[in-house]
Amino acid sequence: MAISNEYIQQKLTEKFGDQVFNFEDTYGMLCFEAPKELNLKVLQYLYDEPSLSFQFLTDLCAVNYPESANRELAVVYHLHNLVENIRLRFKVFTPVATPDVFTATQLFSSANWMERETYDFFGVNFVGHPNLKRILNVDEMDYFPLRKEYPLEDQTRIDKDDEMFGRG
Amino acid sequence: MSDHNITLAEDAIERKTTTINLGPTHPATHGVFQNIMELDGERVVSSEQTVGYIHRAFEKLAERRPLYQITPITDRLNYCSSPINNMGWHLTCEKLLGVQTPKRVDYLRVIIMELARIADHLICNSIVGVDAGAFTGFLYVMQYRELIYEIYEEVCGSRLTTNIGRIGGFERNFTNTAFTKLEKFLKEYPVALGELESLLTRNRIFMERTIGGGPISAERALNYGFTGPNLRAAGVDYDVRVHSPYSSYEDFDFEIPVGKTGDNYDRFLVRNQEMWQSMRIIQQAYNKVQDFKGTDAEVYHADVPEYYLPKKEDVYTKMEALIWHFKIIMGEVDMPKGEVYQSVEGGNGELGFYMISDGGRTPFRLHFRRPCFIYYQAYPELVKDSMLSDAILTMSSLNLIAGELDA
Repeated sequence: MAISNEYIQQKLTEKFGDQVFNFEDTYGMLCFEAPKELNLKVLQYLYDEPSLSFQFLTDLCAVNYPESANRELAVVYHLHNLVENIRLRFKVFTPVATPDVFTATQLFSSANWMERETYDFFGVNFVGHPNLKRILNVDEMDYFPLRKEYPLEDQTRIDKDDEMFGRG
Repeated sequence: MSDHNITLAEDAIERKTTTINLGPTHPATHGVFQNIMELDGERVVSSEQTVGYIHRAFEKLAERRPLYQITPITDRLNYCSSPINNMGWHLTCEKLLGVQTPKRVDYLRVIIMELARIADHLICNSIVGVDAGAFTGFLYVMQYRELIYEIYEEVCGSRLTTNIGRIGGFERNFTNTAFTKLEKFLKEYPVALGELESLLTRNRIFMERTIGGGPISAERALNYGFTGPNLRAAGVDYDVRVHSPYSSYEDFDFEIPVGKTGDNYDRFLVRNQEMWQSMRIIQQAYNKVQDFKGTDAEVYHADVPEYYLPKKEDVYTKMEALIWHFKIIMGEVDMPKGEVYQSVEGGNGELGFYMISDGGRTPFRLHFRRPCFIYYQAYPELVKDSMLSDAILTMSSLNLIAGELDA
């Protein structure tokens, strides 16, 4: 029996009440939110509940919304139930000042590097991660480059004398 | 007869392991990969990968670029099968913009994507042969990859980093030369693939080198986020083309080959079988394309004036076309708000694009789900307790592409 987005929403609401919210259907994919303290509980429930069994972590990344106070960073999980072939997107938000989110590495081995990448670029501190260090950038880097506070270089700037790159 | 056995006192010889640094530039790694390995003799005790040597901050760059300027970035992910990345990106844009592509466009795309898959698997499998000591196959099949590249060249003008297609279709219709080249490929390639298989598949040396090397169980593979041929070699029949069909893949009849043990040999076999299946798909798609007659056979893009460049002769003679040309090239068209996730079956797994648009001209956030970044984590587990030479073979049979790994 194929499961539908409505069914998933109903099961989640039964279990977590109004702790799960902002249900949305974006281009056919169910999308919802939970408080960051509950991220592991929600993931575990989605994993264990036999009628849901979202046991494949497709993707994990973060998004920076500098304008929304106390919700600056979002960690986004894309989960896939390979048997029923249905996907969902699950988000938790965290303030940028205390970017602590529980790690999903106990549940998914694949989360290891994806969380390291997320830490590397956004500074999300995954609590309990076995090896949380930078992965793509150099270890000496002291900022988190994908945050919106670091814009790309303005291509019209003229103060830089750099003949190699045609600006001299 | 005297006793020549030497008896040593306890602790007379120290048992020692050796640390070696494999890569980042090493002829056996086929790309910029570094592994620090702890060896006991020739046996791998443990290893750790270092990645990021060719990180180019694509996700950050994409936040400043309009849609068309991101296509060349996707070329440089898995550069063995760039057209799949380009198509995946265009499909993502089309999903966000709500563009419906005509059937003929879908079939042409399928032809190009399956050609790219063959090119990708061909490299990977022949490289596995090289690492097992058989160089001939690799040199021999290169001329058939060349046939594929000539088709790309005829369609889009370039070979490796293709930047092929546009939002809604292709930049121009396939010429007759392109179809002639495709026919030549369809005729000649099966022979060559058969020969490659007869060189390796039942070759005793090759079998003994690959069977049992770098195995992974289906459970571990799923937990590690494996996708593509590597997951299928472990026995899970997950294929994006079937599970979430895009570009009319549901119209085609093909099989998903699966392996059993997830070792190097199974990965090799699965890729070989996939190439045969790709040939089937291309043949079907080509037949379907030929069924279009008259004006239908001239269709090569959807009608999306806001994102599809107007004809050049119109640009030179009509004001409206000139304006649109400028707006599209400079990226001055606002996108609708939304969040999309679109994935395609890339050469080495599920290639996903997660795009968030805030209604501006560039994506607010773009994340690439790069399959080999995710499954490369399993490498230490795959090669633990194997020989160093098998570890190298395992690395090449995983089809790791540095450009995609580091994004």
